[in-house]
Amino acid sequence: MAKKKVLYRERTTPLWQVIMANWQIYLLLIPALVILIWFRYIPMYGIQIAFKDYNIVKGIAGSDWVGLKYFEKLLKNSMFLRALRNTLILNLYNFLFQTPMPIFFAVLIDSCKCLWYKKTIQTVSYLPHFLSWVIVGALFSNLLALDTGIVNRIVTMLGGEQRVWLSSEDCFRGIVTFADIWKSTGWGTIVYLAAMTGIDPSLYEAASIDGAGRWQRIWHVTLPGIRATIAVILIMRAGGALVNDVEMVLALYSPTVYEVGDVLGTYMYRTGIGNMKYSLTAAAGLFTSVIGMILMIGADRISNKMGERGIW
Amino acid sequence: MVSRKRSKGIRVANSERVYDVFVYIMITLLGVICLYPYLNVMAKSFSGAEEVLSGKVMGILPKGFNLEAYAMTIKSERFVRSAGNTVFITVVGTLLNVMLTYFVAYATSRKRLPGSKLIMTLYIITMMFSGGMVPTYFVIINAGLRNSLWSLILPGLVVPYNLILMRNYMAALPGELEESASIDGASQWTVMFRILLPLTLPSIATIVLFCAVSQWNSYFNALLYIDDRSKTVLQQYIRELLASVGDAEKNGGDVREMMHGMPTETVRAACVVCATLPILCLYPFLQKYYIKGMTLGAVKG
Repeated sequence: MAKKKVLYRERTTPLWQVIMANWQIYLLLIPALVILIWFRYIPMYGIQIAFKDYNIVKGIAGSDWVGLKYFEKLLKNSMFLRALRNTLILNLYNFLFQTPMPIFFAVLIDSCKCLWYKKTIQTVSYLPHFLSWVIVGALFSNLLALDTGIVNRIVTMLGGEQRVWLSSEDCFRGIVTFADIWKSTGWGTIVYLAAMTGIDPSLYEAASIDGAGRWQRIWHVTLPGIRATIAVILIMRAGGALVNDVEMVLALYSPTVYEVGDVLGTYMYRTGIGNMKYSLTAAAGLFTSVIGMILMIGADRISNKMGERGIW
Repeated sequence: MVSRKRSKGIRVANSERVYDVFVYIMITLLGVICLYPYLNVMAKSFSGAEEVLSGKVMGILPKGFNLEAYAMTIKSERFVRSAGNTVFITVVGTLLNVMLTYFVAYATSRKRLPGSKLIMTLYIITMMFSGGMVPTYFVIINAGLRNSLWSLILPGLVVPYNLILMRNYMAALPGELEESASIDGASQWTVMFRILLPLTLPSIATIVLFCAVSQWNSYFNALLYIDDRSKTVLQQYIRELLASVGDAEKNGGDVREMMHGMPTETVRAACVVCATLPILCLYPFLQKYYIKGMTLGAVKG
């Protein structure tokens, strides 16, 4: 026992000795930590330009403080407010129409008895998740194309007129929501299917002995069994109300539908990087991040209070 | 007992059968809807340009089969260069990402290691709060990464979500193996690479897939940091191809005429297929890993 290695800290061993004994681990951590600080924490220092008149010559530290000037500007800026509204509406659509889908299909997949068919459908339904938004945009504009797309074909067969769907303000949000449903439904079933394997099979047996049919077993056994998972996912969705997938919108939108499709991420991209209004955009970014963080933490608290596992 | 069961069986049978039929119809529909948009594009990529333009290819089988679109795609210098760039950021990015994630996961799964909690907290904070688009943009430009493929690799190293996934996976492994190895005199290196590495393979496979997919698909960051045409990645190139056609459609007039001199629909379709094939060939084989990895490591940190 005399020469046992000091890998962990006992109350009696001094800190430096423990650190020295584990020097290899610390050595390997260095690159990751450098990157973490460099690309994640130094940008946080740069947030101050939201409170400054950023001037390229003077740099971040040297620019003049202007207090909340840019936040006031932001709240009067119709483009920003439009982006905020569109973000909330798109997320509401997503919440209402996208979230139920994986639950619905997970229940169906779970009750499919033919094993190979079930596996095949599962694999196929994960496919859209692995495609980039650019590709999804390409696939959807192919479906919606003039003359050559199936959607316009069906419309003309039903006696309607062809139209350029993606440039239509009435349809844009619907298309984005549908594309989102298409991309994420299959992948979303994984969590629920995993939760369903945790349901005690004797509950199903007991239910069917009591005379419950398939629908009743789903309603009284399956759904209560995945209640916790559903709650966590719904709460997380609500917590992400200001988060949009920028790429999703970028891949599908065009100036003709900015009125209904421009979201916070795309707005920041165009004003900040495109038009170089750095301070204004940093203010918009900070505003979104702070509210987003409050929503997320709130969501986590609620889910902990409900006695479910938290997000973290 | 037996007769009771049977009578119930008969009574229930009808609604059971209706339900079964419903299940098969719905999940088949799910499969078809997931697959059709892709298969249709694939069919177009193998079809003759005339057939596609006159709207004959609506199903999943090509009409006027030929490989011209692929020949043109492969001959296009920009396609080849963008594809090369994408392969580079995918291979290098995934390797580095998995390596660093493994190191950090190893350190943070050792609860008694001084500083391990702090490091984990630092990563979790970045999940909730970030500097935002503009400040991050400044940092990356100031680092001299503008128009460098490293701008698509370095900033994304060690994704907190992947870290949590792998750390939880490691924490769930039995500690005795490691303990007995270190009592037998195994060094830190041996424990880390000889003993723990093979045990964490399922979570490594999961993270390899996640990183490879996200690197292969990266678009927005490329849009931010790369505008040199020789450095663009595949997703940018494909988006450009599409945007040129979209503009023509919006300006009204005869699309067919305006598309003259532009990449034809078949070529665009071939590009889409080429840009997705590697991932589509990869993901079904890793399925059992990522499902296990996801459900074992899942959300809770």
